Amino acid sequence: MIVAVASGKGGTGKTTVAANMALAINNVQLLDCDVEEPNVHLLLKPKMNETKPVYVLTPQVNEEICDHCGECARFCEYNALFVGPDKVLVFRELCHSCGGCIIICPKHAISEKKQQIGTVKIGTAAGMEVIYGELKVGEAMSVPVIKAVKKQIDKQKNVIIDAPPGTSCPVIETVKGSNFCVLVTEPTPFGLHDLKITVQVLEDIGLPFGVVINRAGIGDKKVYEYCEENSIPVLLEIPYQRKIAELYSKGVPFSLEMPEWKEKFETLFDEIREACL
Amino acid sequence: MKQLTILSGKGGTGKTTITAAFAALAKNAVVADCDVDAPDLHMLLHPEVVETQEFEGSKLAVIDEGKCTECGLCRENCRFDAITEDFKIDYIGCEGCGVCTIVCPLQAVTLTKRISGYAYVSKTEYGFMAHALLSPGEANSGKLVTLVRQNARILAEREHSDLIIIDGPPGIGCPVIASVTGVNAGLVVTEPTMSGIHDLERALQLLRHFDVAPFVCVNMHDVNEDNTDKIMSFCGEHGIKVVGKISFNPVVTEAMVAGKTIIEHSPENMVSREIESTWKRVLSALNKE
Repeated sequence: MIVAVASGKGGTGKTTVAANMALAINNVQLLDCDVEEPNVHLLLKPKMNETKPVYVLTPQVNEEICDHCGECARFCEYNALFVGPDKVLVFRELCHSCGGCIIICPKHAISEKKQQIGTVKIGTAAGMEVIYGELKVGEAMSVPVIKAVKKQIDKQKNVIIDAPPGTSCPVIETVKGSNFCVLVTEPTPFGLHDLKITVQVLEDIGLPFGVVINRAGIGDKKVYEYCEENSIPVLLEIPYQRKIAELYSKGVPFSLEMPEWKEKFETLFDEIREACL
Repeated sequence: MKQLTILSGKGGTGKTTITAAFAALAKNAVVADCDVDAPDLHMLLHPEVVETQEFEGSKLAVIDEGKCTECGLCRENCRFDAITEDFKIDYIGCEGCGVCTIVCPLQAVTLTKRISGYAYVSKTEYGFMAHALLSPGEANSGKLVTLVRQNARILAEREHSDLIIIDGPPGIGCPVIASVTGVNAGLVVTEPTMSGIHDLERALQLLRHFDVAPFVCVNMHDVNEDNTDKIMSFCGEHGIKVVGKISFNPVVTEAMVAGKTIIEHSPENMVSREIESTWKRVLSALNKE
């Protein structure tokens, strides 16, 4: 079973929920797809075993064959190619690696070369497999790194995926193919606003979901009202407690120091499993 | 005219709270919300929209079922797996590259425009604001950020503003890069947690990569003073200016619930005063850039 943990708004506690849930169950693979700012490894401190580079393909033009007809630049929807009178410029950071310029070039002057944009790191912690992606600083496209992390999925395991914040393409890439999505929110106007956008995305792609309310007790009650009106299950509430915040600040998953929570996260996972049947 | 981007790497460190407070403190600034897929600034600044623009992000392929013989060439060549088994376009997967249109032997596929969101020019109590909303699940947020920044520049020139304050998205990828390129300074709002520190370092690397002057502000510094000290000494060692430390206080959430900037909600509160002195330091550092 694959469970993604997402949120819309950043900093609501995705990583906390993903890590504590992973620690509460057996036979786990924990994936961190927030490849721009991966944090799972800071909480679980895995022993790393393997690093794999992630490449994208970008065009290179053989200037000896190219007659600067400009077909490639006219075709490219991303303006990643500029054809001058005697030189072609490739703006690698705009390229989506679609391969269209290679097909369209009448002189067959374009080929592709590999460019590293990030890495996938594989390790183990507390008996589970921990895998995270890391986008190279300065690179724009996180989706290929997310795809590379997800290639490591072992369907025989209980797979938990920590998603990036937001609601755009990296989030979709992360959650698609999951059986269930846990949406972590906080009971504040920002939390609710971003939750609503994320719910819309999940309804669009037809993924079942439920909500975990973190920092319960702060803010207002509108998140609860929204969930009730829209029949969205509230799976778990984590109260705002100074102790939990302090443990997080030290990089400690709070259920390790507050063992009564281990059971609650186990129940959370069981409920998700039942909802998926 | 100067441009300042508030960023953080890690989400939820207080970017929007601080941007809104700066908007209230600034005189003659234009504000831009560049967190286009989960914008929140409007909930504190209550912009009144004066102009709406349609945003065309990526195009979308459409298959003419009458012409299609299901030969499979489009599916074979699509690198985004956006053509389904029964030859429909998966509109979420499609990046509008057009490869399917050139490999189809029967010209059965065409690219069409799609509206991926809206950009707005608005008026707030504190001046003009450029913002946007990307349709849920759309790609190309970087391109929409660029449009918002362009709108902000036009507004700033028209209104003779000397500063654009940009609320950035979390992360360090495409929309963040679009939010920081060409600005005078980036203020990284961090928190004294292990994740906050890790993400701060990557956000600072990003600013260095794009040659943007870095400032740092530690929000909720009293949640873990040891980590705050670590951040202070890290910044000291790297010659990075720390422009402020802001305390944790539930009044910040109360202001958010009231839909107000903290400056307006609790002007006498310690947090407001700390943000005010941060703002003054930012301004004087910005004038030296």
